Amino acid sequence: MANESEPAKPLDLPAAVKEAAIAALVALGLFMLLIGIRTDQGPTGALVFTTRFGALAAIVAAVFVATLIRATLLRGAGISVARLLPASVSTAASALTGYAAAAFLVFALIVPIVFYGNRYLLDLAILIATYTMLGFGLNIVVGLAGLLDLGYVAFYAVGAYSYALIAHYLGLSFWICLPLAGILAAFAGLLLGFPVLRLRGDYLAIVTLGFGEIIRLILLNWQNFTGGPNGVSAIPRPSFFGLPFNPSEHGFAATFGLAYSPTHRVVFLYYLILALALLTNWVTLRLRRLPIGRAWEALREDEVACRALGVNTTTTKLTAFAMGAMFGGFAGAFFATRQGFISPESFTFAESALVLAIVVLGGMGSQLGVAIAATVMLGGFELFREFDQYRMLVFGGAMVAIVIYRPRGLVATRTPSVSLRDHKDIPAAIVRDARTETAA
Amino acid sequence: MSAPILTVEHLTMRFGGLTAVNDLSFLVYAREITALIGPNGAGKTTLFNCITGFYKPTVGRLTLAHPDGASFLLERIAEFRVAREARVARTFQNVRLFAGMTLLENLLVAQHNALMVASGYTLLGLFGSRAYARAQAGAIDKARYWLDRVGLIDRADDPAGALPYGAQRRLEIARAMCTDPVLLCLDEPAAGLNNRESAELNAFLRAIRDEHGISILLIEHDMGVVMEISDHIIVLDYGLKIADGSPREVRSDPKVIAAYLGVPDEEVAQVEAEVGL
Amino acid sequence: MEYFVQQLINGITLGSIYGLIAIGYTMVYGIIGMINFAHGDIFMVGAFLALIAFLVLVAIGVTAVPLALFIVLLVSMALTALYGWTVERIAYRPLRHSFRLAPLISAIGMSIVLQNYVQIAQGARVKPLPPLVQGGYTLFEGNDFAVRLSNIQIIVVVTTLVLMAGFSFLVARTRLGRNMRACEQDLKMAALVGIDVDRTISLTFVIGAALAAVAGLMFLLYYGVIDFFIGFLAGVKAFTAAVLGGIGSLPGAMIGGILIGLIETMWSAYFSIEYKDVAAFAILIIVLIFLPTGILGRPEVEKV
Repeated sequence: MANESEPAKPLDLPAAVKEAAIAALVALGLFMLLIGIRTDQGPTGALVFTTRFGALAAIVAAVFVATLIRATLLRGAGISVARLLPASVSTAASALTGYAAAAFLVFALIVPIVFYGNRYLLDLAILIATYTMLGFGLNIVVGLAGLLDLGYVAFYAVGAYSYALIAHYLGLSFWICLPLAGILAAFAGLLLGFPVLRLRGDYLAIVTLGFGEIIRLILLNWQNFTGGPNGVSAIPRPSFFGLPFNPSEHGFAATFGLAYSPTHRVVFLYYLILALALLTNWVTLRLRRLPIGRAWEALREDEVACRALGVNTTTTKLTAFAMGAMFGGFAGAFFATRQGFISPESFTFAESALVLAIVVLGGMGSQLGVAIAATVMLGGFELFREFDQYRMLVFGGAMVAIVIYRPRGLVATRTPSVSLRDHKDIPAAIVRDARTETAA
Repeated sequence: MSAPILTVEHLTMRFGGLTAVNDLSFLVYAREITALIGPNGAGKTTLFNCITGFYKPTVGRLTLAHPDGASFLLERIAEFRVAREARVARTFQNVRLFAGMTLLENLLVAQHNALMVASGYTLLGLFGSRAYARAQAGAIDKARYWLDRVGLIDRADDPAGALPYGAQRRLEIARAMCTDPVLLCLDEPAAGLNNRESAELNAFLRAIRDEHGISILLIEHDMGVVMEISDHIIVLDYGLKIADGSPREVRSDPKVIAAYLGVPDEEVAQVEAEVGL
Repeated sequence: MEYFVQQLINGITLGSIYGLIAIGYTMVYGIIGMINFAHGDIFMVGAFLALIAFLVLVAIGVTAVPLALFIVLLVSMALTALYGWTVERIAYRPLRHSFRLAPLISAIGMSIVLQNYVQIAQGARVKPLPPLVQGGYTLFEGNDFAVRLSNIQIIVVVTTLVLMAGFSFLVARTRLGRNMRACEQDLKMAALVGIDVDRTISLTFVIGAALAAVAGLMFLLYYGVIDFFIGFLAGVKAFTAAVLGGIGSLPGAMIGGILIGLIETMWSAYFSIEYKDVAAFAILIIVLIFLPTGILGRPEVEKV
């Protein structure tokens, strides 16, 4: 069990060395061909290879040493990896949820003011806010209703393309296109919901993955309508309720007596996505207290019991999909207007995986957790921008590590939606995700 | 003996080659406690699943008659409709609570349908309608009432998963009652209860029958409970009905005794012929 | 007609490769109820290992193709099996008693790790290999179209059949097979009667990975080019095949594989090649709606 601390054991050097040797041998086997040898296309187009035995030796040695350390020092001192990771983050986050949320919100509101001059940070803030909103949307489906959706990017894509194409062909303004994009995405959510109604756990996940890929492939191949791999460009940029963000005399800057600056639009975009995210958050919190929200959570806990109580689980599931999809669609529309250009490349499975990771890391069902997780993940991503190739590798490894050592995510409690006397939080260990019969 | 609330006619349930329930017919009378007993594997829970719409019977008819005259053919109705429209509530052999939700929340989910309508299918509720707030307060009151009746009011805000086993069983019954059923189907409500708890359960079930006029159908192995509170007992064995009558009649029925206790080898053939195997 | 027969041959060959990968999915799902999302990437790793092993063999002087291929087969099976074992130990075993979604999320993470690991280690560009197994037979001709059965196609199908037979024997007749079947039925009970559950599960992953390695080698020989991304698509299609055939059923995995291979090939040939992957996903969805237990699967009655 990854989370139990191990009792201190006497130092057993021969056994430790043997363990380290075995680990090193395994490492040698794993890396001998793929790291030890590097293949490339030579001048004739045929493959040639070079050896990297130095790197191989270094890695094998590192594995040996690391295993040795783990087997001796750490075990001997009774430290397990699980305890090295701050468990306090979970409990602290839970206890201070109210304060943390308020602080977070205040910080989010003043970001553009504090970082006005830093275009890079503003863009990063917009990115984080976008993924937070996506996380809120997916939270409804995965966190509340317990329906594992691996194809959430499909709704993001539907929203983005709906906005882009409607604006392109019908020339409607952003404020009209936005709800339309959401409705179309919600419709896509229903479309996805119908086939998966009777599916459980893993099957549901794979089908939603398939759905996401189907959407992407259609967008990629339907050249006449969606522009295929070239995507849709020249997407109208947002205006400040009719005032365009340009240097003209009818522009935003001129109307408010400010010197024109391209940053105006960026700040507007930031507040726009922040508002959308906060709207999503507000709606979700309210829905949790309404019968539909409770039905979602009950569905996650035990679907059979729901049906025995007269809950129409079909409509409950479809509503979850539609709501989650709608918010994904809003985020997509925002994405389209912010970028000015979209293509199917932005809507791959990796995006779905990223949003899912945010929801899981955040502690499924917790809004604050999602916001923190999005900040941490995307912030972390940006920090390691130079190590582009290694970023994804670390991301994958982090996903594995988090689910092993911190399975319940950052905010490890569930807040009841209603209470009689005391409003107590429920520890995550008791809260169930979608129950199936075949758990090992 | 009042009018029958549930009429089971020629019910048969086959799973591939296995016949779990075999041409079963019986009546459950209104405002009575009817017990369904029999050795393990007799088909009792399968029967429950057919009645509550979780299984579709291979053959047979299940007619539910409400006191106001409305009639339902349960074998054709999906399980959530059986609960919602026919108003048949049930509990499960392995308690199925919403473990991560509080007791209060569990009981509110039971009142989902009424609350959904009151919230205008969410839209009105989203914008804070007064009518919904009233409806929710009413629902909380009902929940409070039933939590009090099962003695769990003090733990209303605790997660259901944290309750001890006996309390979980009581909560499940309270939750079923919150759906305003006319027929309450209980699957082994006394399992794992000690004598005192069983006595409390007996009193509770009798009160439900007398004060609320609800008919109860229960599967049970605890003969103390069964003989004590049942108005009517039906005995199953290998999917067949082998006895149907009052506790006194059933208690002394030789077929029932044979099914439970077994018979000496010499009499096996004779008893089997009697029972119809 | 001739065109159709050719597509049939191609489809069966492709389907055999999918089938080999599908076996890994179906075995793991049968025994511990999880979709090994990273299995497709294990297949990809197997293909890369085969490629590199081959280059090394040629460089050290083993030029006889049959001998080289045989050694490559053994080496890649062994090393890929090691990958399968390692992934299970690191990413899945600690989660065996965790919540339902945990192994799937871990598997997704592992899939990302494997893809990027290979991408970093070997570069993102495709790796071509000159056709090693050449030649074949012209079966018959007509309408200006010659139906050809190439040697590599024969090798793929025959290898698959042999492995299937061997594997079925393993599951039905050996002790390991019996242990696997016991674990599939009831993991707790299997442990209680003394079966080393950890080891059985590990071996399941190892065998699945070894078969995926064979598929990788076949893929490499058949298509002549690989890259770090082939695992994703092949994985999804192979999983579709496993589900189509009935998850948990070995012959089902193979039948499902052949069917998917045929459908994909026919769709590309007669309709549109761009949407062939859509066809695979769409089939998955259709199968799961109408035939949730697949063709050979056991119908599951929900225990209430």
